[in-house]
Amino acid sequence: MSEGTNGHANAGEYLLETKNVKMHFPIKAGVLRRTVGHVKAVDGVDLQIRRGETLGLVGESGCGKSTLARLVLRLLEPTEGEVVFEGENILGYDRKRMLRVRRNMQIVFQDPYASLNPRMTVGNIIAEPLKTHKVEGDRKKRVQELLEVVGLSPEHYNRYPHEFSGGQRQRIGVARAVALNPKLIICDEPVSALDVSIQAQVINLLQDLQKEFDLTYVFIAHDLSVVKHISDRVAVMYLGKIVEISDRKGLYGEPRHPYTTSLLSAIPTPDPEKERQRRRIVLAGDVPSPANPPQGCSFHTRCPRAQTYCVEHEPGLIPQDGEANGEANGEASAHRAACFFPVEEGQSIEEPATTTPYRAGQST
Amino acid sequence: MLEVNNLKTHFKTQDGVVKAVDGVSFSLEPGETLGIVGESGSGKSVTALSIMQLNPKPPVEYPEGEIRFEGQNLLEVSDKRMQAIRGNDIAMIFQDPMTSLNPVFTVGNQIREAIRIHQNLSKSEAQEKTVQVLRDVGIANPERMVKDYPHQFSGGMRQRAMIAMALSCNPKVLIADEPTTALDVTIQAQILELMIGLQEKYGTAIIMISHDLGVVAQIADKVTVMYAGRAVEQGTTDEVFYDPLMPYSWSLLRSLPRLDTAGEVRLLPIQGTPPSLIFLPKGCNFSPRCPFVKDECHEIDPDLEEKKPGHSAACILSVEEIEESKHRVDEELGVES
Repeated sequence: MSEGTNGHANAGEYLLETKNVKMHFPIKAGVLRRTVGHVKAVDGVDLQIRRGETLGLVGESGCGKSTLARLVLRLLEPTEGEVVFEGENILGYDRKRMLRVRRNMQIVFQDPYASLNPRMTVGNIIAEPLKTHKVEGDRKKRVQELLEVVGLSPEHYNRYPHEFSGGQRQRIGVARAVALNPKLIICDEPVSALDVSIQAQVINLLQDLQKEFDLTYVFIAHDLSVVKHISDRVAVMYLGKIVEISDRKGLYGEPRHPYTTSLLSAIPTPDPEKERQRRRIVLAGDVPSPANPPQGCSFHTRCPRAQTYCVEHEPGLIPQDGEANGEANGEASAHRAACFFPVEEGQSIEEPATTTPYRAGQST
Repeated sequence: MLEVNNLKTHFKTQDGVVKAVDGVSFSLEPGETLGIVGESGSGKSVTALSIMQLNPKPPVEYPEGEIRFEGQNLLEVSDKRMQAIRGNDIAMIFQDPMTSLNPVFTVGNQIREAIRIHQNLSKSEAQEKTVQVLRDVGIANPERMVKDYPHQFSGGMRQRAMIAMALSCNPKVLIADEPTTALDVTIQAQILELMIGLQEKYGTAIIMISHDLGVVAQIADKVTVMYAGRAVEQGTTDEVFYDPLMPYSWSLLRSLPRLDTAGEVRLLPIQGTPPSLIFLPKGCNFSPRCPFVKDECHEIDPDLEEKKPGHSAACILSVEEIEESKHRVDEELGVES
């Protein structure tokens, strides 16, 4: 996964960075439509995405994953923060410059039924980005090439989306996304709407395309097994914040944040023996409303190891020591978790070993 | 207790007869959990609705088969008798808790209605029972929550309310049709835990319908795998998951990213798409997508037959041939079997 990580992080290493990005949607009420509050969908996210890697983004519905994706593409204008693509903050860009940047960042949507215009032929759908960006040359030929790249037949050029199955439609969506040879593709739950036997087809396709075209992926999903399969690094979101980020091995092998731990223990695996032996951590209650997130650590209302300190203080993303990979490779590769009482290896989630907050000095 | 024999549920449409369920058999004992797995359109839900006799008639026809519940064939009993069985003896919970509750009545009202229809209770007794079943399914503050409307409940709480409604008459069989598909994993864990707990407490038999093999592995004692309206494999949960004898079940397990091996092995997708239920392929329904296909498969339509004691599959290959093919493909994939 790590080519070119030579001791310290330099700006060129990252394709995309978000700096303290926030999206607060106003809640309007009353006759005068006055703003009475804000839904803090994304509340201060710092992410660094390296060239050629796949960053998985997981979390439950409503945690802000999809909003974050839309902020990165500037489909939504963030309330605060910076989105840095190839070293430049794109938030100040005007339409013309933004169009140029968008060539390099594309998105694959979740629902292959809603994301393709039913009145356009497949050929026109895939050619649309080529037209928008005024790509010269034989467009029809290029589209037919693309159809072949994603495993469809060039004869499908004149057909309409309704003639295709869900998996095939998602291939069309993927063809549209790679049409301009982008650098970054954001995959927003690309396989969630598909049947299990079809999911693997699309996952394999995405992996093959990444190798072939040197793509960088941000892969959003709620299915942690799919994310583990495809990602180099994984970030876990809860209530608009990143609560843990690490490389795949660290996150799945030694999860530190109690939320990650319980999330991992909640996934059923198709292995009856393991299922019987497994101790599941069942979290109490529901995710709190992002319009009124809890004080202090936003997870404390459901956390089995929460203490009064967690209610009063808000944890930042604290590097988890132990592994040398952390500090040595620069901040982005470190295993970080936003928790004062992180889960140690082999420890049960209910009992924090200490009542002294872990690296409390670094909290924000 | 419940026995489904060679059930066929066909829909007569303008384009032809849709064989949604085409020969499914299974049985269920008290306290047992049967898992039914399959992709969308494989006939899982129609099987459940056939047992409940909730398929609209017409266009539905039952050309063959029987559903025996405590000795009576549900396909033949009168509507009135069925009304008494439905909800009282066999209850069902649906996939989408958002649409299965009526938005204009309070949750308490809806549960009370179910209780009043099936049990001879006074209004106040029914009210008491409503509060009690809501407490049973882990809803905090049930006295207050009975007065709330469905939109005031979260998704997980709505599914709990549905379970409360289904269990309010102590049914002998609970059919759960994808009860956790619309929910987040942490909420899914809560609901599954709840169902297991209630089953232990009341000895209810459960039919768990799901496309999620993990959910079925967690909760089921035995499993029926469905494909294109047929049961293609049946056995205990361990048999089906560790030693699948139908190429479809095996491919399904190989096409799934798993937490323990994810990222290390390449997924084996099942080629193509499920067949249309009007124009089924010649021979075995799975033959166009089967990784182990032989020439005969396009001619012979295999029936479900016992391959090992208690473990049956619909495939013309012998057990040895299947094992050999599994090993061959596993080696190519780099999976340790």
